[in-house]
Amino acid sequence: MSLLLKMLAQRIALGLLLLFLVSILIFGGTLILPGDVAQSILGQSATPEALANLREELGLNEPAVGRYFDWLGGLLQGDLGTSLTSGQDIASAIGKRLGNTFFLAFWAALISVPLAILLGLIAVRYRERWPDKLISAVTLASISVPEFLIAYVAIFFVSVRLRWAPSVTTINDSMSLGEKLHTISLPITVLTLVVLAHMMRMTRAAILNVMQSAYVETAELKGLRMFTIIWKHALPNAVAPVVNVVMLNMAYLVVGVVVIEVVFTYPGMGQYLVDHVSKRDLPVVQACGLIFAGVYIGLNLVADIVSIISNPRLRHPK
Amino acid sequence: MNDELKYLSRQTAVGALSRRKFLGRAGALGVSAAAANTMLSSAVHAAGPQKGGTLRIGLQGGSTTDSMDPALAANTTAVNLIRMWGEPLVELTDDGGIQGKVAESFEASADATAWTFTVRKGITFSNGQEVTAADVAATIERHSGEDTKSGALGLLRDIKDVRVDGRNVIISLNTGNADLPYLMSDYHLIIQPNGGKDAPDAAIGTGPYIMKEIDMGVRFVAEKNPNYWGDLGHAETIELLVINDNTARVAALQSGQVDIIDRVPPRTAGLVARAPGITVASTAGPGHYVFIAHTNTAPFDNQDLMMALKYGINRQEMVDKILFGYGTVGNDSPINASYPMYSEMEQREYDPEKAAAYFKKSGHSGPILLRTSDNSFPGAPDAAALFQQSLKAAGIELEIKREPNDGYWSEVWNNKPFCTSYWGGRPTQDQMFTTAYLSTADWNDTRFSNEKFDQMLLAARAELDTGKRKQMYADMGEILRNQSGLICPMFNDFVDAYNDRVGGWVEGVAGFSLMHGYAAQRMWVTG
Repeated sequence: MSLLLKMLAQRIALGLLLLFLVSILIFGGTLILPGDVAQSILGQSATPEALANLREELGLNEPAVGRYFDWLGGLLQGDLGTSLTSGQDIASAIGKRLGNTFFLAFWAALISVPLAILLGLIAVRYRERWPDKLISAVTLASISVPEFLIAYVAIFFVSVRLRWAPSVTTINDSMSLGEKLHTISLPITVLTLVVLAHMMRMTRAAILNVMQSAYVETAELKGLRMFTIIWKHALPNAVAPVVNVVMLNMAYLVVGVVVIEVVFTYPGMGQYLVDHVSKRDLPVVQACGLIFAGVYIGLNLVADIVSIISNPRLRHPK
Repeated sequence: MNDELKYLSRQTAVGALSRRKFLGRAGALGVSAAAANTMLSSAVHAAGPQKGGTLRIGLQGGSTTDSMDPALAANTTAVNLIRMWGEPLVELTDDGGIQGKVAESFEASADATAWTFTVRKGITFSNGQEVTAADVAATIERHSGEDTKSGALGLLRDIKDVRVDGRNVIISLNTGNADLPYLMSDYHLIIQPNGGKDAPDAAIGTGPYIMKEIDMGVRFVAEKNPNYWGDLGHAETIELLVINDNTARVAALQSGQVDIIDRVPPRTAGLVARAPGITVASTAGPGHYVFIAHTNTAPFDNQDLMMALKYGINRQEMVDKILFGYGTVGNDSPINASYPMYSEMEQREYDPEKAAAYFKKSGHSGPILLRTSDNSFPGAPDAAALFQQSLKAAGIELEIKREPNDGYWSEVWNNKPFCTSYWGGRPTQDQMFTTAYLSTADWNDTRFSNEKFDQMLLAARAELDTGKRKQMYADMGEILRNQSGLICPMFNDFVDAYNDRVGGWVEGVAGFSLMHGYAAQRMWVTG
């Protein structure tokens, strides 16, 4: 167990270092982009006086390195700062958006992960027969089509023609959980289609790998039913690679859904980040970047821990 | 028209019969769905405004980074929001004149250097406070002060002094300006308590609605202001959704999630209009798409080369292929018939032979570099390619450089010598010329400098005789057309759309899109 703790501490420390490096990268990246916040806020209507006034007010005349360390100091005290463009407190604004993003990701994951694993198991059970081929064909086709196209096709048939589910999925606090779920039913469906194939194929491949082992053959000779063998003997030994892929896809559901958010007008983090990048609102971009990096690193950490727990050889080293 | 049908359409208009039932009954009487729809919309109009209900509007342009401060308003969503909670001193009428809003009346001194605006009696802000002349003066001060960030600063430069006298606000100018009321109708100049100096983004004003929910770049809800003085605002609640994706916005209208949308892409407008129960409304406006060259930079300082480019553009082709017919041809002047003092000029046509002759005369050789981007106007890269082809016929080589959307307004526009861009237009010639063609203008994006033009602009501004003024503007238009770096192939219409759940659309309203941003306040829910 101490090994696990040691590894955990190591991973967290590495994760923090990574976050620090990421923040430098994002800061550098936004500096390279053409134009500054003042120009981006005022846009085509910028006059030299208005620009100078705004730059002064936003403190853009200070050197970049100084601004970075100011921000870092604030962050270490738990203060994300205020947005340069709207003057709002970043933490509260992000909190709401992040909540929305997690809400969508949670429901999409709740449907797609069990579904992917179940489909993977079925594919193994009927390997090389028509259910396997059908499942692979459908999921691979859905991952190969760009997600915005699936989204538009879904909007056209389900929203415009049948009027079953809304195409604009702007949820708000006055909705009940049921209303919210109905509102986001289309994006959930599209996201499920997008992430299904990757997880399903990995489940199938990992289990098939284990199915070659001698103990599976023994189980077969004992006369166990095929599905029992897969469920009881093969799956637990194939958990590590499956969890890895599941975590990657969950991270995608949180940080990679900008396109879906735009097409379905969903008020999540992606749209929020894009708005602020185009306005060069550095503190917000930094905060979003850190949160996204944090989600990735955190989920990968979970994947590592699960694979150690699921593997007795790693749990009890000699 | 059949009497029974007339009766039914009236019943539907006042909400006693559902639209679906009406269409069914009309069908039974042998009337086509399209004809029945038209009949219904005229009946809705005739029945007059219906009170109550929730009107839902989906708009392009809003962003999470927006502010409720009217000084910083810079997109259509912001303009439409401002119209809900606030009002300027005066506003455009439907035909481009001026009517009072917070100001009840206004008059100029004989030389137009002093203007007196009288504040409407007994009107209150939505916080219950009475509107005073001091609030008006403070508003003007805030937008014209030294340290302002207001988008209206450029308009107010000429103000010397603002005085309060009872209910009157007296604005003195350095030079006479017959168009001052037009300047005061600018959407930034919303009258706020103490000019908004204390709480610029509180959204407290004298408008027909009161903001209830504000989620920047996402969703807004406004409720009817029970104490509003005027006759705007029929729906009890307005819900405004920001839907930036074109396809998503159109789908939202088609699936009945919103009732009104702006900026229907011209490419698909024809298809959208064919859907049952949806009307696409196209309104001519002062907005135009341009190719602009810096006339102080080689090779564009060469008048003959500019003429070659102006004769080498096929304007009608651009209206057909870029605007899909939702627009009119330009004439290398920023002014069209939507301006109050427009006078017609001879239309410049595409003439490759003349272009070739001017090109030869200019002595220029080699390709000409044009920069463009997707966001400089919708279809700009395609328009650039058309321009390239039409110039090719005249033996002129145009090289197109595609720039990224991001940073286009800070790095390319008003910076590089030849690029594509757009202008939203202004309510008056004076404003348009002052904003972009006066030699000292901040946004002189063609680096146009003509002493005679500058003098005429100042003289026309103070001229109260309409006939003389009109002539001066005609002459100035001619100078621009022949000597400036502006190549204006087309004026774009505003293309909006609404469904038959709402009524009260008025065709051809002057100003911005969506009935100058007042669609949500002037239209009503029919049930």
